Amino acid sequence: MAPHCWRRASRSAIDGGSRERGKPYAMTGGTLSLDGVTIALGFRRLVDGLTLAIAPGEVVTVMGPSGSGKSTLLAYVAGFLDRRVFTASGRLRLGGDDMVDVPPERRRIGMLFQDDLLFPHLSVRGNLLFGLAPGGSAELRRARVDEALAAADLAGFGDRDPATLSGGQRARIALLRVLLSAPRALLLDEPFSKLDAELRVQFRIHVFGELRRAGLPTLMVTHDPADAAAAGGKVVAL
Amino acid sequence: MIIRLLPALTLGAFLLPIVVGLAGTLAPAFGVLPAIGAVEPSLAPWRTLLDWPGFATSLRLTLTVGALASCAALAAAVALVIVASRWRRYGRLQSLLTALLASPHAAIALGFAFIIAPSGWIVRIISPELTGWERPPTGLVTLRDPYGLALVAGLAIKEIPYLAIMLVSALGQVPVEALLQNARAMGYSRTTAWLKLVLPQAWPQIRLPFYAVVAYSFSVVDQALVLGPGTPPPLAVLATRWFSDYDVALYLPAAAAAILQLGVVAAAIFACFLVERLIARAGRSWAEGGGRSGAADPLVAVVAGLALVAGALGLASLAALVLWSVAGPWSFPDAWPVSLTLDAWRSSLGSIAAPLEATVIAAAVATAIALVLCIGCLENEARRARRPGLPTMWIIYVPLLVPQIAFLFGVQVALVRLDLDGSGAGVIWTHLIFVLPYVFLSLSDPWRALDPRYARSAASLGASPARILLTVKLPILLRPILVAAAIGVAVSVGLYLPTVFAGAGRISTVTTEALTLATGADRRIVSIHGFLQAAVPLLAYGAALLAPRLAFRHRRGLA
Repeated sequence: MAPHCWRRASRSAIDGGSRERGKPYAMTGGTLSLDGVTIALGFRRLVDGLTLAIAPGEVVTVMGPSGSGKSTLLAYVAGFLDRRVFTASGRLRLGGDDMVDVPPERRRIGMLFQDDLLFPHLSVRGNLLFGLAPGGSAELRRARVDEALAAADLAGFGDRDPATLSGGQRARIALLRVLLSAPRALLLDEPFSKLDAELRVQFRIHVFGELRRAGLPTLMVTHDPADAAAAGGKVVAL
Repeated sequence: MIIRLLPALTLGAFLLPIVVGLAGTLAPAFGVLPAIGAVEPSLAPWRTLLDWPGFATSLRLTLTVGALASCAALAAAVALVIVASRWRRYGRLQSLLTALLASPHAAIALGFAFIIAPSGWIVRIISPELTGWERPPTGLVTLRDPYGLALVAGLAIKEIPYLAIMLVSALGQVPVEALLQNARAMGYSRTTAWLKLVLPQAWPQIRLPFYAVVAYSFSVVDQALVLGPGTPPPLAVLATRWFSDYDVALYLPAAAAAILQLGVVAAAIFACFLVERLIARAGRSWAEGGGRSGAADPLVAVVAGLALVAGALGLASLAALVLWSVAGPWSFPDAWPVSLTLDAWRSSLGSIAAPLEATVIAAAVATAIALVLCIGCLENEARRARRPGLPTMWIIYVPLLVPQIAFLFGVQVALVRLDLDGSGAGVIWTHLIFVLPYVFLSLSDPWRALDPRYARSAASLGASPARILLTVKLPILLRPILVAAAIGVAVSVGLYLPTVFAGAGRISTVTTEALTLATGADRRIVSIHGFLQAAVPLLAYGAALLAPRLAFRHRRGLA
């Protein structure tokens, strides 16, 4: 992909530098494009012929009341849509690669949920190592994770039990975890709705800053107009 | 792709032996058992059974014991949960109930017999001060009484904790506090509100566990051997006795008795189904009548008191086993042995080693297989996002609803054909029939309750389904997995009839040994076997609770 994406990626707080040495999980930052995507539940069309192109670093917001199919759309893009319940047609491409038949774990489309979903049995570092793209020796991986923690002002948190952290810290670790997995695109499922008002504003700024630096095409689902305003991108109503 | 075949394999592992076993018992009941030269279908086995002098008494005993024990256990469990759920020490009570739940039926029966026998602990404690007895009374029948009341009590002691724990877990899905507050604001007492609002909502989830209790109570063998009358015994004991007779001709009427036993249990469950309807109708008009007098409340309190007495007797039964196993000279009417000694343990070390080893191996292997199969089924279900419905629940309960005696003879015949009778594999497979449903029932709720977004989150981080299973789901679910394993061990250790039939006299466990020794042997030796029977499952439970606490001592989210 275009070299400017590489440069953007290498400035990211979470990029420890090893990617420049040609690791296979380098961020490639292609465009996430939906082409005539239709998702139906029985005879009811939840998403009807949606066409979207999300450029690297761009955040597109999908808004709509609950039950309008926002989460279904995210499940479709992530690859979790239950094909026996829903029928879907249209094309989904990421950087030119067709994604429709790719299993979720190979799409490299990261996802942030309402809850942080940090794995309760692993330490903070364990969670980040789980997310960190494969490759490299154990020491190198550990160093990468600690470096990323330090860059996110969370130095020294590696050995902590996730259950002992504040909501804001947990949310930031969850973001760090998904970014360390070197995704090519990102999905946000109402990622700020569970945070209290003050924290929400801070975390929003933090997330969108990181996303822009990482140069990821991002699709966000929300019912909060303030999220859409902060994202500053296109808004699609369902 | 193997994982897709696991549900079918799992169902086959426990349903196939039951179907084959039923067929293999049905044929001899109608005169066909080629192995002993009987090939001509006839009704002669039924005539032999019906003409047997004790038959009518035997059948009546089966019906009264089954009906009394299951109704008493249900009423006591419900009353206990109603009364105890507002105690502050509620959690402590639950762990005591779990101790009784983990102890096999036979162990409780042996300990209970030591307590209530004419020469037992209760009489010793009150003699001679209150009774004037210097030697055990001869006219007093407290054990093996002709009405089977001792057996009813023994069954109730075991089934009350089971139903109470089932009820408590069913309440997780009912907004109990909201319902109670609502009703109390309308002027109902807490107990009345419980009976009118909470119980009807919890009932659908304890219906099948209750039916399992009904099936067990109507066809009990292990406890009946210790606590029940012997001449004539209940139907299932009669069948067991004839099946193990040297005279192979008795196999045929034994099979008829076993099939009749199946009919008795089926009729009992059908009767429950009808009575449920009547009670539901009466209960609805009771609720709609709007009565707030709380007239039923004292009754509930009394029944809950009886449930606590039953619980105390259960714990005392376990204590009696421990005490007798280390008792030195202990003559009537002393309330306590003269001294405590490990002599009995030392002298029986040699003889308990083999049955203990067989017990542990059968329990460990059957439980391990059950865990692999159940985890595979649940994982398959999660990946295919399909949840089985009510019919599946009935299928899972089949081994708990079909009386054991009705298919174990057929299983034994099949094992002989396969040259597996008396082999470890045969015993383990037979244990698996009963271990599987309990492990599945215990594991399926927590497995399905795990937030599916953990797996999605891991997948979107690039983890394969296998890696998600091994590194995310299994560790997070470590505690419920180990608890399910402990339940599997408890079930396996407690199995008497399945071990007797599949072991063919060549493999014995502490449970079969204990019941063989129950009549006649030194109380100390019996106690050692009974104690081990309860100790193995209790150790398994202890490990299941302790291990995750150690493994996750730095993880508050899982502690």
